Amino acid sequence: MKLLKLVPDNTNIGFVAMRKWAFALTALLTVLAVGATAHRGLNLGVDFVGGLMIEAKFQQAVETDKVRATIGSLGVGESSLQQFGDPKTVQIRLPLPEQGGAGAANAVVEKTRRAMTAQFPGVTFSRYDTVSGKVSGELIQNGVLAVMLAVIGIAVFSWFRYEWQFGVSTFVAIMHDVLMTLGFFAVTQMEFDLNIIAAVLTIVGYSINDKMVIDDRIRENMRKYRKMDMKALVDLSVNETLPRTVMTSVTIMLALGALLLFGGHVLRGFTAAMMLGIIVGTYSSVYVSSSLLISLGLKPHLSDKKSSRGIAAQAERMGPTDGAQP
Amino acid sequence: MLNFTRWRVFTILLPLVIGILCAVPSFLPDSVVSHFPNALQTRVNLGLDLSGGSHLLLEASTQDVAKQRLVNMEEQVRTELRRGTPRIAVGDISSRDGKLAFMVRDPQQVDAAVERIRPLTQGAGLTGQRDFNVEVVNSSTVVITPTDAGINNAVKSAMEVATEVIRKRIDEMGTREPTIQQQGNNRIVVQVPGLQDPKALKDLLGQTAKLEFKLVDQAADPAEMAQGRAPVGSEVLPYPDNPSGVPFIAVKRQVMVSGEDLVDASQRYDPQTNAPNVSITFNASGGRRFGLVTSQNVNRPFAIILDGRVLSAPNINEPILGGSAQISGNFTVESANQLAIALRSGKLPVALTVVEERTVGPQLGADSIRAGLIASIIAVAAVALFMFASYGRFGMYANLAVAINVLVILGVMGILGATLTLPGIAGFVLTIGTAVDANVLIYERIREERRRGRGVVQAVEFGYKEASRTIFEANVTHAIAGGIMLALGSGPVKGFAIVLLIGIATSVFTAVTFTRMIVANWLRRARPTDITI
Repeated sequence: MKLLKLVPDNTNIGFVAMRKWAFALTALLTVLAVGATAHRGLNLGVDFVGGLMIEAKFQQAVETDKVRATIGSLGVGESSLQQFGDPKTVQIRLPLPEQGGAGAANAVVEKTRRAMTAQFPGVTFSRYDTVSGKVSGELIQNGVLAVMLAVIGIAVFSWFRYEWQFGVSTFVAIMHDVLMTLGFFAVTQMEFDLNIIAAVLTIVGYSINDKMVIDDRIRENMRKYRKMDMKALVDLSVNETLPRTVMTSVTIMLALGALLLFGGHVLRGFTAAMMLGIIVGTYSSVYVSSSLLISLGLKPHLSDKKSSRGIAAQAERMGPTDGAQP
Repeated sequence: MLNFTRWRVFTILLPLVIGILCAVPSFLPDSVVSHFPNALQTRVNLGLDLSGGSHLLLEASTQDVAKQRLVNMEEQVRTELRRGTPRIAVGDISSRDGKLAFMVRDPQQVDAAVERIRPLTQGAGLTGQRDFNVEVVNSSTVVITPTDAGINNAVKSAMEVATEVIRKRIDEMGTREPTIQQQGNNRIVVQVPGLQDPKALKDLLGQTAKLEFKLVDQAADPAEMAQGRAPVGSEVLPYPDNPSGVPFIAVKRQVMVSGEDLVDASQRYDPQTNAPNVSITFNASGGRRFGLVTSQNVNRPFAIILDGRVLSAPNINEPILGGSAQISGNFTVESANQLAIALRSGKLPVALTVVEERTVGPQLGADSIRAGLIASIIAVAAVALFMFASYGRFGMYANLAVAINVLVILGVMGILGATLTLPGIAGFVLTIGTAVDANVLIYERIREERRRGRGVVQAVEFGYKEASRTIFEANVTHAIAGGIMLALGSGPVKGFAIVLLIGIATSVFTAVTFTRMIVANWLRRARPTDITI
């Protein structure tokens, strides 16, 4: 049986030679992403800005203009409408009434429900969320804190475990992934809510997985080929792990593709964010973080000092000590 | 590498079998599972976004609690100074800026006044910290300031009572399996699955249910009342259903009977008009007081006040002596029933406002489950096919590991009583994608070793050994991200993190240990000279 091989044996791509171009491209894209986020802003969901979100499901396809007109006549504030993939489902966002607390939000939902039922018979509110400004502020804070802590925690872990260069390159690469994702949401104006924070954290986790695998191989090769030039060594390591990088990215994309197509509209933004993150994360692992190690001046002898103590030392005894080199 | 002793095989298989068995109840209908012994009822709970229902976050105002305490303190101080001997006359009582200040008329008595107030300010806590500080300023003014510790204690106990009251109210509604939890200092999370009418729930929880009976002040001048002014000793209260047309009424300040003395309340019908009303029963002392007040005030109107609004002000036709009374008002059967529930479960020590609400209709929940299930099946199928195409026999081993992994994750979630949410399903699908990563790492390593000319057994052995370390590194970092999500995240982030963390733990076991055992078993039996990988 002939087996499928996405990356042919003995692939040897000169990633390091391309690194100047890759850095320039990455820097450009990152600047664009940050610029887009700053300029257009994110379409923050009610989780983060507070307010009322109603998801209405109609019997037939409706025109959003008619829905907007119906709600506009109620005097409950400026509404913003968004249609999901299917024309029967419309998401309505309204500001939370400033006074009156719980009862007032109730009243707005009831008022809207009555007006909508009169205008569009058979409409149902399949979901609605109300979040007060105070809570939404906390949710933003916790979300940002979670992402920052995750990134820092991982960077610190790889710094202690390996050399500082690995910590820095990992940090840079992950920040790049996070910023690119933000830029994507700014450009598409897809709704950015709590789910997306979970997606961003997943991207961070996945991206780190990728980098760990490559970093690990670089370290292994640094012990194996003590005299090899760092550029050649990084290229060798990235190429050696390339089949795995590609395989895993493809399997995850397959899984996420299924989720995007069949997982229902509620998770669509979430899945889109993760798919983008996988691409960006894989790119940054291959082109950015490992090449950055060279620019940061990683040298083989550094690893020897550190590897002689701590957990890393134990792990190494598992490795080949004989003439395994080709 | 090839030798897996019998007991080792056993220790690897045992947890997997247990995990799979624990996953089984999640796939069976309620009616079947309920016959199982308790230990085997390990089902995955469905989050509200999947089962439909309401999530409410209620917040108490700590300022309210502080204000309430100051009012109580003022009352206590007045009583203490007036009732004790010698009587100490005070004036200029004010409770502004969260402090209580008053002037002692006779400067000679200042020390005595402070002496007498002190015992009131001692906290009940073990720490012996004071709830209030008492100081004398300008030689005759006593200032009582609440301490932070005192306010914290008060908020804490108010929240405990509030949680209990809410639990009682929701139980009375007959809702299934609500979750009621205190969160942070001054918040309570209420989750009610499958609720059809969250509005009724919010109305019920939004009621403080402070019931008071006060006499109507018939001497009040309507023109003065319209401007919100009432005679000394009276106050103007809103009265939306006032038959006289004006939406307010003046009542005496003194509380004749209050809801504290209630022992029961239920919805009934007025025998004459057949309108719904609420019948209440007092305890002995409340009943006695109610009898006394009503016999002294026959033919005068008596105001029934709920949360500062007058419900009705019926005339007292005859003394009400039996210890039970009717609350009339402009009720529907539902609103009367709701009031009865609220009164039965006691008043909330502090008003609560809904700061966050998420309600998902049961239909959307069902749709989401179906979509999630379909997506998961397709994801598994696609990944399995791809793995088989790439690694042949070894790919099948990986697929078997993934299938077991999915079941074990469900089983572990069942054992932990974890909740599966919609993002949790996404976490599941992602786990399927990443679970094969470990196998990919191992198999690619074996390919490499083969290319370098190692023998079959040695290549497999090295593949597993070398890859294991990398897998460990990668998963530890991944787990760091998951742990942070679990610790900091709320709602969807948490749901996702739980599945992710469990998935990381189980996938390492199934993808590395379990496949290694199968591969070893096959190698030992078949003794292949070459492998397709």
